[in-house]
Amino acid sequence: MSVIEVSKLTKYYGKARGIVDVSFGVEEGEIFGFIGPNGAGKSTTIRLLLSLIHPSSGSATVFGKDVVGHGPAIRRDIGYLPSEVYYYEGMKVKDLLKYSASFFDGDHTQRMHELSETMELDMNRRISDLSYGNKKKVGIVQGLLHSPKLLFLDEPTSGLDPLMQRKFFDLIREENARGVTVFFSSHILGEVQRLCNRVGIIREGSIVEISDIRALQQNNYKKVRVAAEGLAATSFDLPGVTNMQAENGALQFFFKGDINAVLQRISGLQVADLTIEEPTLEEIFMHYYE
Amino acid sequence: MNANIYRHEFRARLRSVLIWSLALALLTLFFFAMFPVFADQAALMNEFLARYPQELAAAFGLDRMDLATVLGFYSFIFVFIQLCLAIQAANYGFGLVSIEESELTADFLLSKPVSRAQVLTSKLLAAVTSLVLTNLVVWVSTFIAISLFREGRPYDMSTLLLLLASILIFQLFFLSVGLVISLLVKRVRSVTPYALGLAFGMYVLNAFSGVFGTVALELVTPFKHLDPTNIVQNGAYDVPLVVLNVAVTVVALAASYWLYMRRDIAAVS
Repeated sequence: MSVIEVSKLTKYYGKARGIVDVSFGVEEGEIFGFIGPNGAGKSTTIRLLLSLIHPSSGSATVFGKDVVGHGPAIRRDIGYLPSEVYYYEGMKVKDLLKYSASFFDGDHTQRMHELSETMELDMNRRISDLSYGNKKKVGIVQGLLHSPKLLFLDEPTSGLDPLMQRKFFDLIREENARGVTVFFSSHILGEVQRLCNRVGIIREGSIVEISDIRALQQNNYKKVRVAAEGLAATSFDLPGVTNMQAENGALQFFFKGDINAVLQRISGLQVADLTIEEPTLEEIFMHYYE
Repeated sequence: MNANIYRHEFRARLRSVLIWSLALALLTLFFFAMFPVFADQAALMNEFLARYPQELAAAFGLDRMDLATVLGFYSFIFVFIQLCLAIQAANYGFGLVSIEESELTADFLLSKPVSRAQVLTSKLLAAVTSLVLTNLVVWVSTFIAISLFREGRPYDMSTLLLLLASILIFQLFFLSVGLVISLLVKRVRSVTPYALGLAFGMYVLNAFSGVFGTVALELVTPFKHLDPTNIVQNGAYDVPLVVLNVAVTVVALAASYWLYMRRDIAAVS
């Protein structure tokens, strides 16, 4: 079952573009990565799904309900960690978390304490006294304490030290193992690669690709590096070759297509060195953005 | 209505309510403490006022009030009380939803399972509760001031009650107009200038209409709608003006709901 269905969703802020014709779906129980540089429309998409902002056209459903008409019902089962965390400065962490929990049915005190312990968050401090990283922890705890079925994480790791990042990822994996669907937006590819099953890549407000993360790495692109005598840039002028770079008598490029075509060209050369490997997501990503 | 939001909002404003209430109580007591002096020197006072430039006297409504009577004097200081009440109510109105947005806590609140209408209703009720509290303090300090300083001079209780009852209508106007303006502009960076602008603007409109005779613009200001001098003179509200006041309040509230439910909450930029 699709937890999120987005169909031709478009948002303009006046004349400024937010997102244009974005369509994708997120299945129950998956961790969906949403990648794009700053300003690509990641937060806009999340804010539309939370009905913090309203679409210019198109539609979206969460749990099968339309986001515009059923916001409150949908948000009952949603946890949201915004990219920038801001809370009522005068409150104590404990009071803020209680306030947050009070919006959801049931008693979440125990979960609140568990999470704060895991994230090493001191609940007796005042929000105004917290560092950015600690505020982020408050954000994580308040986003998870009511055991939501769907998590929106908008660049969740900024401000967390590596140790906390790892704890956070473990936490997300645990939640996911319990069946929680995760929508994970980020511009850091490494973490998406570590965590997500599928990714959507967004660029200048439009989705450029949605694919399985393995497929994205394995099936689509190979990174080929050849060192040989008499190489010229034209040695590999095949369809599917991109990003050709020459350095120190070697050529490096990405190739998409039947790898035999490249091998045939290589077989005609006196090869000194050859590597064919899967590009990192980072490299694929750079490729999409050029 | 959401009880959690209501409680949170009310608590957040409690300190401000206490400060305003204290200030208004002191203002009422200190100003009214001067009443015996004015009353004793009534003849002198009226002669002095007669020499005042007429426009100036009119601006303060001095041409129509008798400072030697309890309610005449009270209506004189009541204008200053009104000014404070206007600033307070406008402040709450402008800040009602805009503070959450400028301090970026709106994301926290609106990603919870509550509708915009519920949020706004809870916030409004909390603000009205705060205003009612301030109101009560004004009522009590007025009664105390009058009983302490009237020195046996008579006054009409029902007219006084009319004056005091006008406070809530008066404040609701500023609360709702402040709110709707804050929703009409893109972003309210700082609440106080807006609140002062609205309150003093309305006050000045009424004062000017006193100077220049009838000005059509005076019809928009609550200082005119609920002019204390008028109420004391007639022992009654000017009903069409009060109806106009309430109508503006209702329209501003309805428009606020309409705007807030369609509002885009801006992200950090």
